[in-house]
Amino acid sequence: MSVSRTLLALLEPGPRHGYDLKRAYDEQFAHGKQLAYGQVYSTLSRLLRNGLVEEAGVEHGAGPDRKRYTITDAGVTDVETWLRTAENPEPYLQNTLYTKVVLALLSGRSAHDVLDTQRSAHLAVMRDLTRRKADGDLADQLICDHALFHLEADLRWLELTAARLDALAEVVRS
Amino acid sequence: MTEPLLAGRDLHKSFGPTEALRGADVAVRAGEVLAVMGPSGSGKSTLLHCLAGIVRPDSGSIRYQGRDLVEMSDGERSALRRTDFGFVFQFGQLVPELTCLENVALPLRLGGAKRKPAEARARQWLERLEVGDLGDRRPGDVSGGQGQRVAVARALVSDPKVVFADEPTGALDSLNGEKVMRLLTDAARGAGAAVVLVTHEPRVAAHSDREIVVRDGRVKDLELAA
Ligand SMILES: Nc1ncnc2c1ncn2[C@@H]1O[C@H](COP(=O)(O)OP(=O)(O)O)[C@@H](O)[C@H]1O
Ligand SMILES: [Mg+2]
Repeated sequence: MSVSRTLLALLEPGPRHGYDLKRAYDEQFAHGKQLAYGQVYSTLSRLLRNGLVEEAGVEHGAGPDRKRYTITDAGVTDVETWLRTAENPEPYLQNTLYTKVVLALLSGRSAHDVLDTQRSAHLAVMRDLTRRKADGDLADQLICDHALFHLEADLRWLELTAARLDALAEVVRS
Repeated sequence: MTEPLLAGRDLHKSFGPTEALRGADVAVRAGEVLAVMGPSGSGKSTLLHCLAGIVRPDSGSIRYQGRDLVEMSDGERSALRRTDFGFVFQFGQLVPELTCLENVALPLRLGGAKRKPAEARARQWLERLEVGDLGDRRPGDVSGGQGQRVAVARALVSDPKVVFADEPTGALDSLNGEKVMRLLTDAARGAGAAVVLVTHEPRVAAHSDREIVVRDGRVKDLELAA
């Protein structure tokens, strides 16, 4: 996910301090993985350099960095374009699991074991997400669902592969 | 590991030329939610039917609280099903002529309970499943998701030790399926009942404590091997 675009978009409603911006980000998007201050400030200076934000004055007498940042017209356009552009649907064609399955088949190891191990790892994470969902608010639920559906897609691929291992073995060994 | 509540060992079952189970091993611990996964046709439902005493395997043993289901008479097995087991299927399990309340009370009535107390208890379970207002309706007049909640209430009303659920959300959309799974697992965990949950859907299996995978009529239950 683009942290820099997200921070930029969070400036759209009005100017903020770096600290304030970090808090807004963590509140909506951190989900247990808060932003480091360092990343906020390095991102802000890059946005500044690129003309997407500008300084909007300094508050006096209140801590070391009380600079406020405001989004520029170019910044708004950037956010708008980003929101309008679809994310690249990643085809995962070179996915590691596929590589492992093929390598297992080539080396005469059990590809089923590779898939079984992965299934149980995926399900363990899915269980955890399911529990978090049960305890969470709507935002948590939607974020967890997104992850759950993606993990489920992996598992569908995994089951389909498991069902075709014999055929795959013939192909890769020929 | 402590003695499992229910354990099938080396189960075999054929339907004519079709070998549905070819040596399945599975253990269910008291109070756990066990997901039974695997592709369609792999033998999940047959395994569930054997463990629940609905189908008698051709060979193998099924231990439940010190007894072997395979050696029981049909009468003993159906008595056990009524007192100790609850069932939720994909659909079609509610009696269409009875109201939802009567459906939930039915297992208690079959066990010899009087109508008043049976229905009072059934009403509590309908309320727990958040369908307390549907008691007077017939199953044909409620939605799929509501019907499954009624079915879950009926499965749990007689305080079973094991609930057998075969694709309980198979006919529901994601949101309703999710809700039914939450209610089913919460209610079963609250009542200390184990759940044998057959599903091929990972998101449904994610409500379990542990999973086994059936493949070509075989299953390796690592808990049992340990
Ligand atoms: N009553 C039956 N008569 C004949 N074949 C059956 C019967 N029940 C199951 N089978 C066959 O046994 C195999 C396993 O079926 P089942 O246990 O229903 O699998 P699953 O629930 O995993 O889809 C399948 O090939 C199915 O066609
Ligand atoms: Mg089935």
